Amino acid sequence: MKLECDTIICRCEDITYGEIIDAIDAGATTIDELKYVLRVSMGPCQGKGCLSIIRRILAERLGKRESEIELPKKRPPFMPVKFDAFLRMEGYDC
Amino acid sequence: MIADVVVIGGGISGLSISFELTKKGVKDIVIVDKVFPGYGATNRCGAGIRAQWGLKSNCIMTKKSIERFKHLSEELGYDIEFRQGGYLILVHNEKQLEQFKKNIELQNSLGIPSRLITLDEAKEIVPYLDTSTIIAATFCPIDGHANPMKTVWAYVRALRMRGVRIEKFTEVKEVFIESGRVKGVGTNKGSIFAPVVVNAAGGWSQLVARLAKLELPVISERHQILVTEPVDHLFDCMVISFKTGLYIQQVPHGSLLGGISEPEEPGFNMESSWQFVKHFAKEATRILPILKNIRIVRQWAGLYNKTPDAQPILCESDEVQGFYLACGFSGHGFMVSPMTGEIIASLITKSEPPFDVSYFSTKRFKEGKLIVEPSVVG
Repeated sequence: MKLECDTIICRCEDITYGEIIDAIDAGATTIDELKYVLRVSMGPCQGKGCLSIIRRILAERLGKRESEIELPKKRPPFMPVKFDAFLRMEGYDC
Repeated sequence: MIADVVVIGGGISGLSISFELTKKGVKDIVIVDKVFPGYGATNRCGAGIRAQWGLKSNCIMTKKSIERFKHLSEELGYDIEFRQGGYLILVHNEKQLEQFKKNIELQNSLGIPSRLITLDEAKEIVPYLDTSTIIAATFCPIDGHANPMKTVWAYVRALRMRGVRIEKFTEVKEVFIESGRVKGVGTNKGSIFAPVVVNAAGGWSQLVARLAKLELPVISERHQILVTEPVDHLFDCMVISFKTGLYIQQVPHGSLLGGISEPEEPGFNMESSWQFVKHFAKEATRILPILKNIRIVRQWAGLYNKTPDAQPILCESDEVQGFYLACGFSGHGFMVSPMTGEIIASLITKSEPPFDVSYFSTKRFKEGKLIVEPSVVG
């Protein structure tokens, strides 16, 4: 599928294919750097929807294989959780 | 490879030092980072910027930094999202009140517009604040925050345009020294020879110093932090408590960013723990009950590089000529970074520093003359 400049890649943060390409051309060589510069994969889904697409775009632009592009570290809590849930944790004293 | 200056560490300190050096006409600068710029601490930090300190040196350094932050987006040609929403410091007891009164007197004498405010005034600034566990607050409207990730990127772009080489995934393995003078560094990607080397390695600065046979009195310590989903506008300032070690602010994106001090052993652990979130949830919802129904989306950790007096080390090494130290920021490296750049760049180019920086040398540790900053989130 051909991606257009205004194709949305990260739906949580509304980041387009064109913005990702611009950041790569400005020097980003890792998914982490794209996260930091653009906020891709930093929304409620934490990259579940976009990371594999971003990895492919980055690999293609840098002329690398997808397997050479490291995925970012998975960070808890893996899905959005209300603070209230942490107040009601029983048997987990700290 | 040869260079005029090698900067070890592409965090905010190393970037700012390099930028100020280019402004002073130094051309051939190489920044080496074992991962990429901002990775170790800057991109992970709370991003708060405050001038409300208990020591003159910290007040001057942060006030002057705030003046620079105001124009940094323009200077770097990229928006770093600097905002001045103020810092609201919670006062929990009479003992704290006495300390903050002294702090405010000092701050005001240095032109910092902080003031003691009543609980009603605090609620005007943060309408959702539960004031039942505090007796007053202090507020300073020039305090604020910037987006650390955008600030790193802004510097990286500006430095590349100025011809500074930024070598990512390049780890320093050796510091070359000949008859007491630094000669360069050996990395996993080859040697770089230079008459000036700057140790701006943040959480790893003591390890880099050891490569030059120097022992720095600093420790690294994990500090955890979290961010919530974006929500409607709640308040503009940082809310902070030196009693619980809690701090929380809402960033322009709408999410709330906050952390809390936890007992930590010195080390290089950067993993997250659920105990931190539980602790944060308990203390944060006590002062801001509205948080209960807001969702946390991500947590992470970064390293503080702490000195015994919570003041940074900014000097040329006594033992190794040409080896400069910019480390031990004790959790405040981001907010003082504009001055870090100016100070180290002036020391390297033998020009006048922006203010008297003699205290920041390592002499104070040898002489045992430490002046400890009282107002920190330890």
